[in-house]
Amino acid sequence: MSKILIIAEHLGGKLNSATARAVSAAIAVKPETIDVLVLSDAPDAIAAEAARIEGVSKVLTVGRAENAHPLAAVLAPQIAKAAAGYSHVFAPSTTFGKDLAPRVAALLGVAQVSDVMNVEASHTFKRPIYAGNAIITVEANPAHTVVATIRTASWPAAATGAGSAPIEPLSIEATLPNHTRFVELQQGSSDRPDLQSASKVVSGGRGVGSKENFDIIYTFADKIGAAVGASRAAVDAGYCPNEMQVGQTGKIIAPELYMAIGISGAIQHLTGIKDAGTIVAINKDGEAPIFEVADFGLVGDLFKLIPELEQAL
Amino acid sequence: MHMGNWQEHRRYTNFKELQMKIMVGYKRVVDYNVRIQVKPDGSGVVTDGVKLSANPFDDIALEEALRLREKGVADEVIVVAIGPADLTAHLRNGLAMGANRAIHVVTTDAVQPLTAARVFLKLVEKEQPGLVILGKQAIDDDANQTGQMLAALWDRPQATFAGKVEIADGKATVTREVDAGLEVIEAELPAVITTDLRLNEPRFIKLPDIMKAKAKPIDTIEFASLGVEAHDHLKTTHYAPPAKRSKGVMVKDAAELVAALKQKGLL
Ligand SMILES: Cc1cc2nc3c(=O)[nH]c(=O)nc-3n(C[C@H](O)[C@H](O)[C@H](O)COP(=O)(O)OP(=O)(O)OC[C@H]3O[C@@H](n4cnc5c(N)ncnc54)[C@H](O)[C@@H]3O)c2cc1C
Ligand SMILES: Nc1ncnc2c1ncn2[C@@H]1O[C@H](COP(=O)(O)O)[C@@H](O)[C@H]1O
Repeated sequence: MSKILIIAEHLGGKLNSATARAVSAAIAVKPETIDVLVLSDAPDAIAAEAARIEGVSKVLTVGRAENAHPLAAVLAPQIAKAAAGYSHVFAPSTTFGKDLAPRVAALLGVAQVSDVMNVEASHTFKRPIYAGNAIITVEANPAHTVVATIRTASWPAAATGAGSAPIEPLSIEATLPNHTRFVELQQGSSDRPDLQSASKVVSGGRGVGSKENFDIIYTFADKIGAAVGASRAAVDAGYCPNEMQVGQTGKIIAPELYMAIGISGAIQHLTGIKDAGTIVAINKDGEAPIFEVADFGLVGDLFKLIPELEQAL
Repeated sequence: MHMGNWQEHRRYTNFKELQMKIMVGYKRVVDYNVRIQVKPDGSGVVTDGVKLSANPFDDIALEEALRLREKGVADEVIVVAIGPADLTAHLRNGLAMGANRAIHVVTTDAVQPLTAARVFLKLVEKEQPGLVILGKQAIDDDANQTGQMLAALWDRPQATFAGKVEIADGKATVTREVDAGLEVIEAELPAVITTDLRLNEPRFIKLPDIMKAKAKPIDTIEFASLGVEAHDHLKTTHYAPPAKRSKGVMVKDAAELVAALKQKGLL
């Protein structure tokens, strides 16, 4: 029987919802236990949140000053130790999990399965390659611990509320390096919904034309209560910050509504929105590839159409 | 610990005077513009006759290494590719871009990240670079693992998804592109850095440089001679095309769009 350890992602004392998505993937393995590991300088509040996720058997905490920031070099040796006795170690496929999980896998001397989108059996998974243009079925060696990152857009968050898993501190003997040090996190402060978990997302592309023009996207998004995203071209051109990039090398998202405005629809962008419920495209070029995947397409100038949309709301 | 020598060396030398090498991962992949087709029998993707190029993130890695050399932080840039015998032309491109020399680890088997990381570790032990710069992911397997695995096996810092790199006083200060924004970390050298897209814009190769590259050395090493175990860690049993989204409808104006979205309960 499988025993799964999930590495909790958190920031500012709060659990990231990506963790509950990893729990869904773990449930699909039909394991005997699903334990969540919280590494932090102050794990208690985070652990309490994790304990409420349905399906979680136990929450383990490692509270150490060194765990104040998510440095892979510091966390990985602790996770490698904690992994003893588990058949699987899962982390969300966010920048946190992508940074950390391969370091854990290498310490354990095992391969890693990246971006699990489907669980076929305890050691058989589906994952995308070539920017999502092919989906492969991979079999992990049953003699090894499976280290995997979970493609969050493929999994709903496991329900939170009813669960009441026990919380246990875990003591781990591991010498931690000090060769890697956290300096600071520059966070774009915004009252908008979080791009990765929002049910609606409005994204702007190069067609928006400038940083100033991007206000039209923000204003419209605020009117409909949406998070704001962007294409790589928009981020590269400096219209908006990097954390807004959607796509193969940005965020992979699955909102109920995705509106692509002034975005052509390059495969690297589309791979980030494939799992969206409804895709709307607004583009002045009727031949733009984005229309191939859009549920609703509207051809025209965004500067004329967005005010009209706001009117029609 | 593999780094004894290097650390000794650093202790007794002024860092600026140290001859620092930078090792760069330079993987050849299917060009990012190619529309990938899955073979009808599910045995793989069609790669016959498709355009192959350097992994875009590896071009960025090489560019960063060249800029560090131009700043005087490093004095030698080595490009490394692990793959089949016909990688020579690919490596010549890296040399034409400006690398001093190349290492070609020859194998006909596809190399998974853990194996690639073990190969890099062997090369690191031999070459003792102060910095290894890899792409954050290869755009064929989209694994995003090799750099982190190498850093773990080498027991050195990793600074993944780098958007900005500064080297001074024996350490790298790296701005990382993370989901929450930009994270700045300090990593003592030697270290592994993996590149994100916005780190730099790679230079174009000029014709005279292609000529010059012909004289630059390419070390060829047989994979088998490195003593790295080569078993397949993960078995790929099937390839499938992604589920297709069906083409939707075109609406004539803003009012119709809003009505349609309201009807679906989305607005
Ligand atoms: C390795 C690699 C990784 C990548 N990763 C990503 C990624 O994660 N995410 C991503 O998005 N891209 C990524 N890209 C880049 C991708 O290939 C495209 O270059 C990018 O998505 C294009 O952005 P865009 O659609 O905004 O710009 P463009 O392709 O320039 O499209 C702009 C669109 O705006 C329309 N337009 C212009 N003016 C107006 C107007 N007034 N009204 C309405 N429409 C207008 C135009 O008709 C056009 O279709 C990656 C590329 C590489 C090589
Ligand atoms: N076969 C290879 N040859 C050269 N570099 C490689 C190879 N495999 C991986 N790398 C390096 O590791 C990075 C990440 O690859 P991956 O972990 O496969 O996504 C790449 O961008 C390269 O820099």
